Amino acid sequence: MWSVSRLGWSSALVANEVNKGRRQFLIGSTCTLGALGAVGVATPFVAAWQPSRQSRAAGAPIQVDISKLELGQQMTVEWQGQPVWVVKRTPQNLTDLASLTAQLVDPSSQKDQQPSYAQNTYRSIKPEISVLIGICTHLGCSPTYRPDRAAKDLDASWKGGFVCPCHGSRFDLAGRAYKHYPAQANLIVPPYFYKTDTVIEIGVSREVKA
Amino acid sequence: MAVLRGVVDWLDERFPIKSLYKKHFTEYHVPKNLNLMYVFGVLALVLMANQLLTGIWLAMSYEPSPEKAFASIQYIMRDLPYGWLIRYLHTTGASALFIVLYFHVLRSLLYGSYQKPRELVWLFGMTLYFVIMIEGFLGYLLPWGQMSYWGAQVITSIFGSIPVVGTSLQEWVRGDYFVSGVTLKRFYALHVIAFPLLLLLLVFLHLSTLRHVGSNNPAGIDIKKHRDQNGVPLDTIPFAPYFVSKEVLAIGVFLFLFCIVVFFFPTMGGYFLEKANLEPANRLQTPEHIAALWYFTPFYAMLRAVTFSLFGLDAKFLGALVMVSAVVVPFALPWLDKSPVKSIRYKGRLSKLFLMLFCLSFVLLGVVGSLPVSALSTGIAQLCSVLYFAYFLLMPWYSRYETTLPVPERVQ
Repeated sequence: MWSVSRLGWSSALVANEVNKGRRQFLIGSTCTLGALGAVGVATPFVAAWQPSRQSRAAGAPIQVDISKLELGQQMTVEWQGQPVWVVKRTPQNLTDLASLTAQLVDPSSQKDQQPSYAQNTYRSIKPEISVLIGICTHLGCSPTYRPDRAAKDLDASWKGGFVCPCHGSRFDLAGRAYKHYPAQANLIVPPYFYKTDTVIEIGVSREVKA
Repeated sequence: MAVLRGVVDWLDERFPIKSLYKKHFTEYHVPKNLNLMYVFGVLALVLMANQLLTGIWLAMSYEPSPEKAFASIQYIMRDLPYGWLIRYLHTTGASALFIVLYFHVLRSLLYGSYQKPRELVWLFGMTLYFVIMIEGFLGYLLPWGQMSYWGAQVITSIFGSIPVVGTSLQEWVRGDYFVSGVTLKRFYALHVIAFPLLLLLLVFLHLSTLRHVGSNNPAGIDIKKHRDQNGVPLDTIPFAPYFVSKEVLAIGVFLFLFCIVVFFFPTMGGYFLEKANLEPANRLQTPEHIAALWYFTPFYAMLRAVTFSLFGLDAKFLGALVMVSAVVVPFALPWLDKSPVKSIRYKGRLSKLFLMLFCLSFVLLGVVGSLPVSALSTGIAQLCSVLYFAYFLLMPWYSRYETTLPVPERVQ
């Protein structure tokens, strides 16, 4: 407890001496209060850098018509400002996917990069239709669709997939990362569901009744 | 003349301009053996003045919004009288500033200019370099071209690689879930207001700490040991007019070369201005080959050299750590160098070897950083990253145990 006499209120005045304990206490307490104040003042400036309400609201679900999507074709749509790919895989692609296990970082999708209904070999609801967020899990570039098997500039064993132009990460046609490349996590599967047989809604897992 | 003298006297009574001028110009003594490597400091100063002046003019016509940014650059280039010249001065100036800085730093490495008592000069200088890199990165987003966009996307994603807080930190830096108009306006404000002010302060600190301890010299001799009867160090010349006149000549020659680039090779074959940046930003498609601007490529190469996980940390976080360390480790240089001599002229074989390997690895990293990724480029980048760090981290040993030559007492 700091009593008045301990602080040396009266004795300091009388003796005209420096009361070091009191001075230290005052310096300490003003500095602490000042620091707290600085944190308070910094709050609005730091908080103003967070995504605004407008940015948050821009993330509404989108609907995609896939009736015109051909076998082996990729379409890119925009959701939350990010590219989302829808790829229709060929039966050949699906057999290839099952054979790649040894070369992949996370072949059975253990890491939480997809909704539970896409945690399977094809990382999709329907095996032939793949829905992926087209942002490399390494440093955010958008990988290039390379369906050409045994592509000359890649290698003879290439089974088709995605190659990131920025740092060379490779993914298979289910968005699973290949070992020994910079990206060490599979591409993210966004939440989606089939509204009808040919319309996918991306952004929510099932229809929300209004 | 009498009027001018009157004005100067009037001022001097209120602010000591006469003694300041004496202290920092006519009676500031620099070693008489300073060579060509010592002109890059003033060249950097000239270039920063160029960036400031042309930057203010660009800000008059530039519009920081995703809808208008790209078009406003086209307006500056095509419609604004001499807009092309002002912009090319700014873009070429940025690249030239880095060239000049790399020589300026090489000078310090060669002659041990970071050693006692110039540690603070080095620390402020390295901070300047770091801040100038951020300033360059922020400015590169502004044209809102494909390279601007995806460059910013990659660099801001580095924050996302930090464990636990990464994702929210990345959103905080971008102000959105992706690089958007919010990010653009924020980068603009930082590029034209916050960082230029910070740079001004750092230049002042860099120069005033230098003026306090004085310049080193190519022989690394402590010139303050031998003074004449007035206390002026022997083997020196007054900064003004003798060294200033040399600097003026250097500035003249430099500006001549600079103008050749500005007028005839402003894009420098895609290195000063990247071709892909002539396309407006498209956030759904990354350009086929994305390369950092040439002055970032050594660090960019280190970022992508890490393709393996270690100690439970994944490759991308490790890559980011390596890249950041490559900029941070040089700060410690004054305390890593245990050599009794300053200049490379009197250091031993190991110091010469490591410095050569360091320069070679830095250049090679720059080269592979601008090439598409391949197994070969990754291998070279890994080897060069090791050499880069070896120069710094092994220095306490090789600089201490090697045989040095005796340093002469006086400048020959």
